Amino acid sequence: MKTLIDTDGKRLEKLADKCHGKKDALISLLQDIQLENNWLSQQVLRGVAEKLNIPLTEVYGVATFFKAFSLKPRGRHIVTACVGTACHVRGAPRLVDELRNILKIAPGETTPDKIFTLETVNCLGACALGPVVVIDGVYHGQATRSKVRMLIEEIRKLETRKRKTNHDKAKKQPSS
Amino acid sequence: MINLKINGISVQAEAGTTLLEAARFYGLEIPTLCHLEGLSPYGACRLCVVEIGEESRSRLASSCTYPAEEGLKVRTASERVIKARKMILELLLASCPQSKVIQDLASKYGIRRQRFRQEHEDCILCGLCVRMCKEQMSAQAIGFHGRGNKRGISTPFDLKSEVCRLCGGCIHVCPACQLRCTYNQPEEAICGGCANISPPCLEKEKFHDMMCYMDPCVACEIKNEK
Repeated sequence: MKTLIDTDGKRLEKLADKCHGKKDALISLLQDIQLENNWLSQQVLRGVAEKLNIPLTEVYGVATFFKAFSLKPRGRHIVTACVGTACHVRGAPRLVDELRNILKIAPGETTPDKIFTLETVNCLGACALGPVVVIDGVYHGQATRSKVRMLIEEIRKLETRKRKTNHDKAKKQPSS
Repeated sequence: MINLKINGISVQAEAGTTLLEAARFYGLEIPTLCHLEGLSPYGACRLCVVEIGEESRSRLASSCTYPAEEGLKVRTASERVIKARKMILELLLASCPQSKVIQDLASKYGIRRQRFRQEHEDCILCGLCVRMCKEQMSAQAIGFHGRGNKRGISTPFDLKSEVCRLCGGCIHVCPACQLRCTYNQPEEAICGGCANISPPCLEKEKFHDMMCYMDPCVACEIKNEK
């Protein structure tokens, strides 16, 4: 299991110690936390402000300024569909509709089981590959509805297997 | 001391002063919305634009952030400056049509018509309140958040701040908070003066800086008939 900084104040302390209390390390610290948690909670931002001795307004301002930071909980897998002009012409809206149907969420939302977050982006600069769908940082060019469906199914299978093994482990542990 | 020319007049300014301070010291009027003595210059409203440099190489600069330079030639009210300022005022007026401060300034610059769609925002993002809170009240209870068209001013997470002492300094300096009475037609009337008991347009001399969007204006018609 990943350490969630929320529940473990020590982890935040460890990350903050790397910055030696330097105020200009704010963005890199937030990036570290974002990488681990996939989002920045209110509690975390308050902790960061305290650790780096920066007013909360400034931390909040920086966290809301950059698109790389999310103040809303996000899923473990980020699905990004490009809806730029080139991708739009090549059928991106249909892909987004398909993703909506499969995941049962609108763009910008996260599935209740916290596995998927669906996002749209206005251009990825890979127009020749359009329509582009990015899943966990991997670009899938010339995406089709069936291709996207397959990719999502794959992740879903992986997640259920993972949950099963975790479940089994938890069952085994008390007996051993 | 630095020697420079403002509107063709040779003037002197102390090192470190801005063009705005120098011009105001000599009694030259430059309108501002985001500038306040005692707060750091910010250059957000752009109303204080002046033209610097000579002829073909002249350019517009915000005087509240531009330091006085040796031999600099400044024009505070050239045609180009007034044109730019009018445009800025029109845009400000479109985003905050109810603000008394902006209305009066627009009136002063002869803006009688609005070309842009009214947005009815309650903030022009001049940052006065943020600086007031930080620099004079040492509280930093409010700050900017977001960016682009989502940029705004609020307390963190839009929650009641623990560091705010409710001093009211932010409201005191706000140019957008001072709303003018709009009677019962907030969308229609901008000054609403005619709906008041003593219409400002009847006492033109006293209120000549105010503007009235009523066309035809009932109060003015009555005055003409008399």
